[in-house]
Amino acid sequence: MLHIKNGIVIDPKNGIIGEKMDIFIKDGKIVEEVEVNGCKTIDANGKLVVAGGIDLHAHIAGGKINTGRAMRPEEMRHVRQKTGKFRAAVGRTLLTSPAIGYEYAKMGYTTAIEPATPSIYVIHTHEELDSIPIIDKATLPLFGNWHPVLRYSADKDIEKLKSFVAWVLERTKGYGVKLVNPGGVEAWMYGGNVKSIDDTVPGFGVTPREIITSLIAAVEELKLPHSVHIHCNNLGMPGNYETTMETIKLAKGFENERRQVLHVTHVQFNAYTGSSWRDIGSGAEHIAKLINSMDNVTIDMGQPIFGYATTMTADCPWQFELHKIAKAKWCNRDIELETGAGIVPYVYRPKNPVNSVQWAVGLELGLLVDSEKIAVSTDYPNGGPFTSYPYIVTLLMSRKFREEEMKKAHPYMEKATSLSSIDKEKSLEEVITMTRVTPAKVLGMENKGHLGVGADGDVVIYDIDPLNYSSNDWQTILKAFENPLYTIKSGEIVVKDGELVGETWGRTFWVDARADTTTEIIEADLEEYFNYYTVKCCNYGVKEAWLRNPVRITAG
Amino acid sequence: MRNAVCTFCGNVCDDIEFDGVTGKNLCPIGEAKFAAKRRIEAPMVRGRRVSYEEAIEKAAEVLVNAKRPLLYGWASTVNEAIRLGVILAEKLGGVYDQCSSVCHAPSTLAMIEEGIPGGTLGQAKNRADVVVFWGCNPVEAHPRHPSRYSVMTKGFLTKGRQHRHVIVVDVRKTATAYLATEFYQIKPGYDYAVFTALRSIINGHEKAVPEEVGGISKKKLKELADILINGKYGVIFYGLGLTHSRGQDRNVENIVKLVQTLNRHTRYILQPMRGHFNVVGAGEVAAWEAGYEYAIDFSRGYSRFLPSEFTAVEVLVRRDCDAALIVASDPAAHFPKEAVKRLAEIPVIQIDPHPNVTTLLADIVIPSALVGIEAEGTVYRMDGIPLRVKKLKDTGYWSDYEILKLMLDKVIQLKGE
Ligand code: SF4
Ligand SMILES: [Zn+2]
Repeated sequence: MLHIKNGIVIDPKNGIIGEKMDIFIKDGKIVEEVEVNGCKTIDANGKLVVAGGIDLHAHIAGGKINTGRAMRPEEMRHVRQKTGKFRAAVGRTLLTSPAIGYEYAKMGYTTAIEPATPSIYVIHTHEELDSIPIIDKATLPLFGNWHPVLRYSADKDIEKLKSFVAWVLERTKGYGVKLVNPGGVEAWMYGGNVKSIDDTVPGFGVTPREIITSLIAAVEELKLPHSVHIHCNNLGMPGNYETTMETIKLAKGFENERRQVLHVTHVQFNAYTGSSWRDIGSGAEHIAKLINSMDNVTIDMGQPIFGYATTMTADCPWQFELHKIAKAKWCNRDIELETGAGIVPYVYRPKNPVNSVQWAVGLELGLLVDSEKIAVSTDYPNGGPFTSYPYIVTLLMSRKFREEEMKKAHPYMEKATSLSSIDKEKSLEEVITMTRVTPAKVLGMENKGHLGVGADGDVVIYDIDPLNYSSNDWQTILKAFENPLYTIKSGEIVVKDGELVGETWGRTFWVDARADTTTEIIEADLEEYFNYYTVKCCNYGVKEAWLRNPVRITAG
Repeated sequence: MRNAVCTFCGNVCDDIEFDGVTGKNLCPIGEAKFAAKRRIEAPMVRGRRVSYEEAIEKAAEVLVNAKRPLLYGWASTVNEAIRLGVILAEKLGGVYDQCSSVCHAPSTLAMIEEGIPGGTLGQAKNRADVVVFWGCNPVEAHPRHPSRYSVMTKGFLTKGRQHRHVIVVDVRKTATAYLATEFYQIKPGYDYAVFTALRSIINGHEKAVPEEVGGISKKKLKELADILINGKYGVIFYGLGLTHSRGQDRNVENIVKLVQTLNRHTRYILQPMRGHFNVVGAGEVAAWEAGYEYAIDFSRGYSRFLPSEFTAVEVLVRRDCDAALIVASDPAAHFPKEAVKRLAEIPVIQIDPHPNVTTLLADIVIPSALVGIEAEGTVYRMDGIPLRVKKLKDTGYWSDYEILKLMLDKVIQLKGE
């Protein structure tokens, strides 16, 4: 039992904006006032009290990040913590599994989602997720280039697609449906790509448009907690904002009163105007306007951070391009008939005009899109480390800090983006929405992102007084977000004064959507399909018993 | 049990039908693994039979009293046990190293330089119309590789042997060479030069290539370059022939560059033929727990990677360790003499199902259950694809995981943390 008293609570979901109130946690959940006798009390007088942060898109586990570690020992020489009461933790922007859990907790985050698992590798993803301490987590299997998906989409057979999605989520203990460059990765298997949502995927006579809408239809009919989560076609390319806009508009044919029907991820990488690297510019305003005008699409930022990064995505053709552009080492993995993966180290240089534009585009999106429709992310580790979230939040809150940082950027940024003319400063309420409420809603996690009765007992206390702070004093804001006074995970204190003091093990959420489907209608297809696999159907996937702390969520 | 998993080579075949004694579908070397073999009968401390608990307690004492213990082996056990091994090394301030350091470490070094453009075995099966075996001999080392993944198998787009151009390049005519459409015999130690020649031809610098490279005529090299570049989807498998001949990691680096070049014209992937059934896991687990795949020193309380100093052989030859825990491996049989000499001087703890040469110099011997037959857990195939190996029959032996779990608990207890 824990009693947090006198804190100034910001809990936007429950309409509480800067009210002095007490919070009680019992058995890992927020409860109504309890008998405070003998209960541990934290005095949060004059301090900000909020729910734990949620990262809805970070490549924190699985084959991609681990290949990144193995290919980049130079990343690992940054020592964060020596062994002792807790595990040793190392890594500059690519962190080890223990370091990932510790660093999230140390900035007040208690949940993170791994957003791109090749299903055939899913045991590996879960092994790594289970090696990350403290945080709750989940993983999204990749669907956008998987042969049965391409076939069912071409046939417009939504019933079979639904059965397949439900079957995969159960086998992988996956949480939702991820698409990466739908159709483009299959085309890459023969050196190609798709250039628009209406290109045809070689060998399948299907277009990205059809793949995306078929999967949205399936996900909506299955009533999954999370919508389709998409990394658009043409990522990274000048002029790609148009493809992104067209993709966003695909949501117009669908409705869901609880949440969006399409989540478009790391939009910064998909929001460029121009026809080449020489005239690249920002398409953020167009996209922001479109998103704000719709009520069934959400996005996350994909904010690049000046400095080191490691790009890793299932978007193999893009990774090959980047390998050539950056003249950097390149790992690739073509994966059975499912998907692929590519990994390329990268540095975002403020003196590089393109990188400066990217940096500004991320912030433009963060500032211009309604906070209910955009979540903070770096697409870790693609845009940079998740440990930069306090930096991003401070940039969004303080125009003065932005001005300081803009001085570092290449002057081309001025010309190609409108960042310097944006006066908007997001309020504490808004950034708490972008880091808690919105990601929880996007993911359909009802017990997260708020402090109402029944919510998870994940609470953070920051050293800032919400009733009395100045956006000009960005140092105080940054320091507060970088060093929570307390991070409480499921009622346990894990961080105190920015230091790790406790280690817990979180849960892994997965979605069981089999209730309204039957595998019967896809059995023959699976049988034929597994002839071409190199593992047996019965050996495919992961059982609940192999996971440390699985939580089954029933769809519907 | 149907669809059991073979725990011998890096193929990790998952279609074994186990009848209680042996398995259908096993190749001869897999069969040998499943066949009843002499076991270590009981835990022993300096020749005296003891209980598991006592042996593990004694082992923990040895490890805690050592200044810098070496924890070596790991390629023939499951990830769950390996993870405990890495944590144990961290808590002890010791060195974690695994069998890669004497086989495919040059591949890791090459990856650090250039990356690896790779893919899964299913890509060879389903898409490849050109398959190259370079310095590897699957017919003998990975017997079911050609039939399951790469040569005779019927794939989704590549329907069988007649649709695959199979090339073997080696210093001698191996058994695999007899499967080939074309065999190229190369002079030992000339792989690097041949890769450079092929890259030159493909990049349009044919003139720079001499009339003969590594025993292959320029005409033949041009023919080979043509075959490669005309493939729609090619897979190159390579083995110890590259990593253990002159050039080592530089050979691998150069073949990676060749594959990078080929990808500018068509599609190619590269895949090392990894030996032990979970040598990939022994690297991957260490990478997510400690940041590196092998040659990891924890003496400063955090992980450091230095292949020239922290591999098992180096640590032993330099006399930089004062105790050793050997798990599922036989360094006494395979390491250089100098290293084995040091191993004989220091206290050695062995965890293994079978007695081997290392048993002869081990002070504490702890028998373990056979992975994939008596104990379950996760292993990674040569292409990293994870498979859960199964427990097929009961045993009185403790699993590696159970042994290491208790050992780690004891170590933490003794260290008072
Ligand atoms: S090829 Fe390898 S994994 Fe397959 S049965 Fe033979 S030894 Fe076992
Ligand atoms: Zn991503």
